[in-house]
Amino acid sequence: MILKPGKQDIKAIGYYLGKIIIGLSCTMAIPILVGLLAREINPVLDFLIGLETGLIIGLILIRVFRTDRELNWMQGMIVVSLAWVAVMFLGAIPMHLSGHWKSYLDACFDSMSGFATTGLTLVQNLDHMSLTHNLWRHLTMFIGGQGIVIIALSFFVKGASGAFKLYVGEARDERIMPNVIHTSRFIWLVSITYLILGTLVLSIIGNIGGMKPFSAFFHGLCIFMAAFDTGGFAPQSQSILYYRSFAFEIVTVILMILGALNFKLHYHIWVGNRKEIAKNIETVTFFISIMAVFSIVAIGLKQAGIYPQAVMFFRKGFFQLVSGHSGTGFQTIYPSQFSSEWNNLSLVGVILAMGLGGAVCSTTGAIKMLRVGIIFKAFLEDIKKIILPERAIVIQKFHHIKEVFLQNKQVRSALLITLAYLILYFLGACIGMFYGHPFLRSLFESTSAAGNVGLSCGITSATMPVVLKVTYILQMWAGRLEFISVFTLIGFFVAAVKGK
Amino acid sequence: MKINNVKRLIFAILLACFINVAPGLAFGHISSTELIDNAKEYDGKKVVYRGEVIGEVMKRGDFAWVNIHDGEHAIGIWAPFSLTKSIVYTGSYKAKGDVFEITGVFNRACPDHGGDLDIHAQVFKKIESGRLISQEVNPDKIKKASILLGVLLLVWILRLFFRK
Repeated sequence: MILKPGKQDIKAIGYYLGKIIIGLSCTMAIPILVGLLAREINPVLDFLIGLETGLIIGLILIRVFRTDRELNWMQGMIVVSLAWVAVMFLGAIPMHLSGHWKSYLDACFDSMSGFATTGLTLVQNLDHMSLTHNLWRHLTMFIGGQGIVIIALSFFVKGASGAFKLYVGEARDERIMPNVIHTSRFIWLVSITYLILGTLVLSIIGNIGGMKPFSAFFHGLCIFMAAFDTGGFAPQSQSILYYRSFAFEIVTVILMILGALNFKLHYHIWVGNRKEIAKNIETVTFFISIMAVFSIVAIGLKQAGIYPQAVMFFRKGFFQLVSGHSGTGFQTIYPSQFSSEWNNLSLVGVILAMGLGGAVCSTTGAIKMLRVGIIFKAFLEDIKKIILPERAIVIQKFHHIKEVFLQNKQVRSALLITLAYLILYFLGACIGMFYGHPFLRSLFESTSAAGNVGLSCGITSATMPVVLKVTYILQMWAGRLEFISVFTLIGFFVAAVKGK
Repeated sequence: MKINNVKRLIFAILLACFINVAPGLAFGHISSTELIDNAKEYDGKKVVYRGEVIGEVMKRGDFAWVNIHDGEHAIGIWAPFSLTKSIVYTGSYKAKGDVFEITGVFNRACPDHGGDLDIHAQVFKKIESGRLISQEVNPDKIKKASILLGVLLLVWILRLFFRK
C-alpha cells in the first residue's frame, strides 16, 4: 500500500525549500555589488528584482510551512530535487531581464546549465554582455559546483542529521569530516583557496598575453570558476579559443583535472598524504581512462589528418578530451568543427570520455570513476572465480582512502547508476534523432547534457525545438542529482495521487 | 584573318593573366559560418572577412590578436600591431566596436598557432566607426524593483507580527 504524503512531509519540504531559496537569493548580492562598482545600473536592477523575488518566496515558504522537525530521508531527497528546479527559475530571472536570451525558457536552460555545471548555452550576443550578468553566469557554476544545498548547510541549517540528508540528496555521499557541516565548510575552504591561486595565475597569463589588468583579472576569475567547477561557460563567445594562448590552455587543463578530483582526495593531499593520489581507485581509473579514450581520439584525428603537429594534437585533441572527461565543456574549436572536421572515431572517443566523467564528491557529472573502477573490479572478481578452483575463496579489494573489500551492494549500486546514465544518454539521443539530427551527433549532445559536460557539436542553439530544450534541461537536472532524488520526487507525486 | 588572330592573341593573354592572378585573388566577403563549415575548401586561401571588433586587442610582440564577430561567430585575426592601431572601439557592454574589413590568408588549423582556425591579416580596412552605448536606466525595471521591495517589506513585517 502506498501512503499519501502527510501534512508534516509538506511542511518540512516547504520550510527547508524556503531556506535554500533565501540562501540562493542572497548570492545575488555579489553581482549587485559588482554592478554598482562597474556602474551598470540596468543589470543591477535585474538582480535586485531577482533577489527580491527570491526573498519574498523564501520568506512566505518559511512562514507558511514553519516546523521544528528535522528532515527524514524522503523529505531530504525531495527538498534537494525541488530546490534545483526552484533555483533554476530564480537564477533565470536576472538573465531573462538582461535581454540576452530569446525567451524565459532559454534563460532557464542556461540557469540550469550553470547550476548543474554543464556549460551548454543559448545566450545571444555574449560579447556585449555586462560584467554583472557575465559574473552571475560563472557564479552559478561556482555555487552549483559546490552544491546549492551546501550553501544552506553552511549557513542556514542547524541540525546535522537533516543536513546530512540534504547533502546526500545532492549526489554527495561521502563525508570528508565526521560532521557534514564541517565537510561543507571544508569544501568551501578548498574552493576559495584554489579560487585565489587559480585566478591569480590566469590573470597574470592574460595580462602577459595582452589583456588589460582588470580585464585579465575578470576573465581569470570567470574562467577559474568555470574550470575548477567543471562548468564550461566562458565570458566570450569563442570559449577558450578567444585567449589564443597555450599557457592559458595548460593552466585550464590543470584546473579542470583538479576540479574532477574527489574533495576527499583534496583533503588528503592538503594534510600531506600525497601517496593517496597514486593508490586511489578513482585517480588510477581516471588516468587509465584518459589514456584509453585519448588513444581513440588520437587515431581518429590521425585518420582525419587535420592536426599534423604534436602541439596541435595537444591543444585541440587532448584539450577537448580532458574538457569532456572532466565534464567541463571548454572548447578550443568551434562546435560545428566536431561535425565538419573530426571523424566519427574521434567523436566516439569524446563521447566515451564525456559519458565516464570524473570522481565522486567532485563537481563533475556522468557515471564517475569510482563506479567504473568498482564495475571493473567486479568483472575481475568474476573472471577469477571462473579461472580458479571452485574451492578457492576470491576476495577483491580496492583502495579508496582506505582498503575496501568489494561487496555485492557496492557493485549493484554502481551498475544501477551506470545503467540509469546509459538510458538517459540514449533517450536524449533518440529525441535528437527525432528532430532529424544524425545518431552520433545526437548522442554527443545528449551525453554532454546528461553528463553535465557542455561540449557541443552544434545542435544546442536558441533555434532548436522547445522539446529538445526541455529534454536537455531535464537531463542536466537528473544527471547532476544522480537520479535518486529525482526518482524520490516522482515517487512522492505518485504517492500524492494514488496513496491512501 | 589578321584581325581574328589579334583577337585570339588578346584572349589568350587575358586568359593567361587570369590563370596566373586567380590564386592571389581573394574570395569576396565570406561569412564566419561559411569559413568554419567549409574550412577545408578555404584553407590557405586569401579571403575577405568583415565584422565588429569584440573583446580587446591582445598585443603579442610586433603582432596582435583581434577577434572579429560578423554576427554569427567571432574569428581570431592575427595581424601586425601597426595595422590594429586604427581600432578605437572594441565591442563590449558599453561600446559597439569598430567594423573592419579584413583581407588575409585563412587557416583551417594554423601551423603557427597550435592548430587554431584563424586569418592572418594583410589588409585592415575600417568600414564603420564604433561608439559608446548610452546606458539609460529602464523605468520599467525601477517600477518592478520598487513594487517588489514594497511586497518584501510587507511580508517581512507580517512575518514578525505573526511570530509574536
